[in-house]
Amino acid sequence: MSIASISKSGPYAHGDSSVQKTMFTVLLALTPATLFNLYLFGWPAILLFTVTVGACLAVEAGCLSLAGKPVRATLADCSALLTGWLLAMSLPPWAPWWLGVLGAIFSIAMAKHSFGGIGQNVFNPAMVGRTVLLISFPVVMTTWIAPHPLFSAGAPGLFEAIAITFGGQMPDAVSSASALGHIKTELSRHIPVTESMAQVPGLMDMLLGYRAGSMGETSAILILAGGLFLMAKRIISWHIPLSVMGGLFLMAAIFHAVDPARYASGTFHLVSGATFLGAFFIATDYVTSPVTRKGQLIFGLGCGVLIWLIRNFAGYPEGVAFAVLLMNGLAPIIDQYTRPRAFGRTSKGEPLPLKEKP
Amino acid sequence: MKLFPIRGGIHPDYRKELASEKAIVVMPLPAALYIPLQQHIGAPAEVLVNEGDLVKKGQMIARNQGAVSASQHAPTSGRIKTVTDVTAPHPSGLPQTTIILEPDGRDEWGELPEPISDPFTADAHTINDRVAQSGIVGMGGAAFPSAIKLNLGEQKKLDILLLNGAECEPYLTCDDRVMREYADEIIDGARIMAHALGTPRVVIGIEQNKPQAIAIMTRAASAFPNVEVIAVPVQYPMGSERHLVQAITGRETPARKLTADLGIVVHNVSTARAVHQAVRFGRPLVARVVTVSGGAIREPNNVLTPIGTLVADLVAFCGGFSARPERVVNGGPMMGQPLPSLDVPVVKGTSGILALTAEEINDRPADACIRCGSCVTVCPCGLSPVEMSAFIRKDKLEVAAKLGVMDCFSCGSCSYVCPSHIPLVHYFNYAKGMLNDLERERSKSERIKTLAEVRTIRIEKATEAKRAALAARKPAAENTSPVKTGEAEATTEEKANA
Repeated sequence: MSIASISKSGPYAHGDSSVQKTMFTVLLALTPATLFNLYLFGWPAILLFTVTVGACLAVEAGCLSLAGKPVRATLADCSALLTGWLLAMSLPPWAPWWLGVLGAIFSIAMAKHSFGGIGQNVFNPAMVGRTVLLISFPVVMTTWIAPHPLFSAGAPGLFEAIAITFGGQMPDAVSSASALGHIKTELSRHIPVTESMAQVPGLMDMLLGYRAGSMGETSAILILAGGLFLMAKRIISWHIPLSVMGGLFLMAAIFHAVDPARYASGTFHLVSGATFLGAFFIATDYVTSPVTRKGQLIFGLGCGVLIWLIRNFAGYPEGVAFAVLLMNGLAPIIDQYTRPRAFGRTSKGEPLPLKEKP
Repeated sequence: MKLFPIRGGIHPDYRKELASEKAIVVMPLPAALYIPLQQHIGAPAEVLVNEGDLVKKGQMIARNQGAVSASQHAPTSGRIKTVTDVTAPHPSGLPQTTIILEPDGRDEWGELPEPISDPFTADAHTINDRVAQSGIVGMGGAAFPSAIKLNLGEQKKLDILLLNGAECEPYLTCDDRVMREYADEIIDGARIMAHALGTPRVVIGIEQNKPQAIAIMTRAASAFPNVEVIAVPVQYPMGSERHLVQAITGRETPARKLTADLGIVVHNVSTARAVHQAVRFGRPLVARVVTVSGGAIREPNNVLTPIGTLVADLVAFCGGFSARPERVVNGGPMMGQPLPSLDVPVVKGTSGILALTAEEINDRPADACIRCGSCVTVCPCGLSPVEMSAFIRKDKLEVAAKLGVMDCFSCGSCSYVCPSHIPLVHYFNYAKGMLNDLERERSKSERIKTLAEVRTIRIEKATEAKRAALAARKPAAENTSPVKTGEAEATTEEKANA
C-alpha cells in the first residue's frame, strides 16, 4: 500500500465551504430582488443586466489570461459574476449598454485585477465601477424611470427595449426622480422636507419596491429576505447590516427630531435609495470589510453615518457607494486595531496575571 | 452546574457513529510486537533486555532515564528477537530504537509489583512511584509521563483533578467506549490520582454527544460526593486542556502558565484507568484501546491493542481497507499525525488509527484568501489566522510571532472552515518550527557571547595580575621577558576553552 505524500499538516478534514459556494449562495440570495426589479423595469433592464454581467465576465477572462492565471477555473469561482450582478443592480435600469461595459472595465480591470485579482482589492469593485460612472456621467446615472412592469400597458416591448438600451432612444416622458433626489432638489428650492415628502411613494411602496431607483435596489423586503437567508446560511453575520442601518437610522432620527423641515426621518432613509442593498450585500463584501466582529461593527457604523452625511450635505442625493468606498479604505486599519484578545493574554498581548485562587 | 463559554470553535462532521456502538474487542497477539524506546514526551527509555531473552508479560524491558521519561514493559510473554532501528509512528518516517518481541502465545504475566491494598492511606510518593514504574503516559495523545503530572501536588496547591473525557476529535470513540465499559475503574483511578495530588474535588468533563457515557459515569460517580460528572457542550476543541478548564471553571490559563498554576490538573480518562490497573493490580501499561475507523476501513472498531502491534496488523484485524485510503492518520483527523507507512507500531499515545478517503479529507488546492474572517471567528485562541498566514507567506516570521503564532496549538479549526482551503495550520507549524530554531540559535549565540565575554574578563584579570606581579618583580630582575610568558599562557587558555 502507498500513502500519498505526507508533506502537508492536518487537519485531514474540511468543512464543505468553498469560495464558489459562498459566491453562489450570495447570488442565490440576490435572485428574488433581482427578478422582481427586472420585472418592474422590463426589457431594457433585462438587456442592460445581461450586457453588464456579460461584460464583467469577459473583462475578468481577459485580465486573467493577460496575467497568465487559469481562466476557466477562476471564472468558476463566481466572483466576477457577483461583481457584475451587483454593478448592474446599481445602475439606472434603462441606461445605455455602454454604461454597463464601462462599469465592467472599471470594476473588474481597474478595481480588482490591477490590485492582484480576487481577495487583493482594497475597494469594492462594483462600487468603484458605479462611482466612476456616477462622477463621469452624472446625467445618465441619475435618469430614473417610474416602474414599467413587463407586459403592462406602456411598458416597452423587446424591440423598443433594444432601441432604448442599444440605440440610446430614451423616451422623454418616463423619467422620474428617486425619492432621495426629489427631496434634495426640493430642499435646494427651499421647499421643506415636510412638504416634499408628500410626493414620494408611500412607505408600503418603498418597502415592497414599487418605486423609481437603481435596477436592483428598490425592494427592501426582498433584499431583506435575501440578507436573512445569507445570515441563516452563515455567509454573513448580523454585525455589518445592523450597524450600517443602525448608524444611518440613528443619525437621521436624531436630526429629524431636531429639525423635521430640513431632515427626513430615519425610516425614510432606511427604505429609500440603496440602504438595504448596501447594508446586506455591498458593505458585507468579505474582501473589503474588516475580519473581526468588533471591526465589522465599527465599519458598519461608519458606513451608516457617512451615508447620512453624504445624503444630507454632499452634492449627491445618494451616498451608499461613496460611504462604502470610504470605509473600505479604513478596513485594514480597523482590522489592526480590533484584533481579538488572545487566550490567556491581556488585550495588549501580555500574559494574564495569575489571579489568587477563588 | 453553570458552564462558561469558550471562544470560537467548530462543529465538524463527527462520524463517531462508525465505531461508537462497537464494544471493545481484544486484538489477538500478532506475530511480532515492536516496542519503541520512546513513546512519550521526554528522553527514550534505557534497554534492559538482550537479543534472545525470554520475557514475561508486564516485565520491564526498558527503564525510564532522566527527569522526563517513561519505562516500557513487555506487552506479552515471549522472546526478544532483537533491538534495532524501526520506522517511528511519526510523520518524519525516521527510525528509532525499538525492541522487537516475538510472542510465545502463552501470554503469561510475569512477577508484578504488589497491589497497593489501600491506596487512600498510602502516601503520594508510593502512588507516584507505582505510576512511574508502570510506564503510564497521558493517553489522550500527548503521551506526557503521568507520574510527573501527579507530582505537581507537591509543588502547588491544587483543588481540582479534571478528567478529560471530552473526546472532541471526530471519529474517535475509544474514550467513549472505555467510559461506558470501565466506568468504575476510571473513577477508582481518578480518586487515587486525586489522593496523590491532594485535590479535594474530581470533575469529569464529557461532551454531550456521548449520552450513554455521561449516564454510566454519573451513576458510577454517584457513590462519591467529591466526584462530579459534567456534560460539556459539543464544540471542537473542547478537549483542549485549557479550554476544558475554562468551560468548566471559568478560569483562563495565562499564556506560558500551566493549568496547575490555577490549581487544576487535567488527565485523560483512559490514563485514570491505567492508574487503577497499576495501583490495584500492579499491572503496567501494556495495551490500550485504539479506535480504528475512517471511510477506508472495512470494519471500524474499538480494539484493545497490545502496545507495539503494527498498524498493518491492526488494520488487517479490522477487515483491511475497503477503499484506497488517501491518508492513514495516527489520532483524530483534526490534530492527528499522518503515518509514513503502515509498518509502524501502535504506541501508548495512539488513540486512533484512521484510514481516510480523499472524499473525507476533502483537500483541494488553495485559492486566494477572500478575507471572509471565518478563521478569526473560529480561532479558540483569539488569534487572527488570516493576518498571521499573510505574514508567514512573506516570511515575516517575527511579525507573525508578535501576532501570537506561538500561542497557536494547531487545533485546525481555521483550516477546517477556510473556504479557500488555505492550509493555515501548515503555515503556523512551519512558522513555529522556524521560530523555535531561531530561538535556539539565538540562545546558543547568546551563550557563546557570554562565554567569550567571561573569557575576555578572565584573560584581562590574568594579564593584570601578571603585570602587577611583574611590576613587583621589576626592580629585582629586569632582564626577564614576562610579556611573552603572559601571551603564552593566554594562548594555552584559549586552547583549553576552544
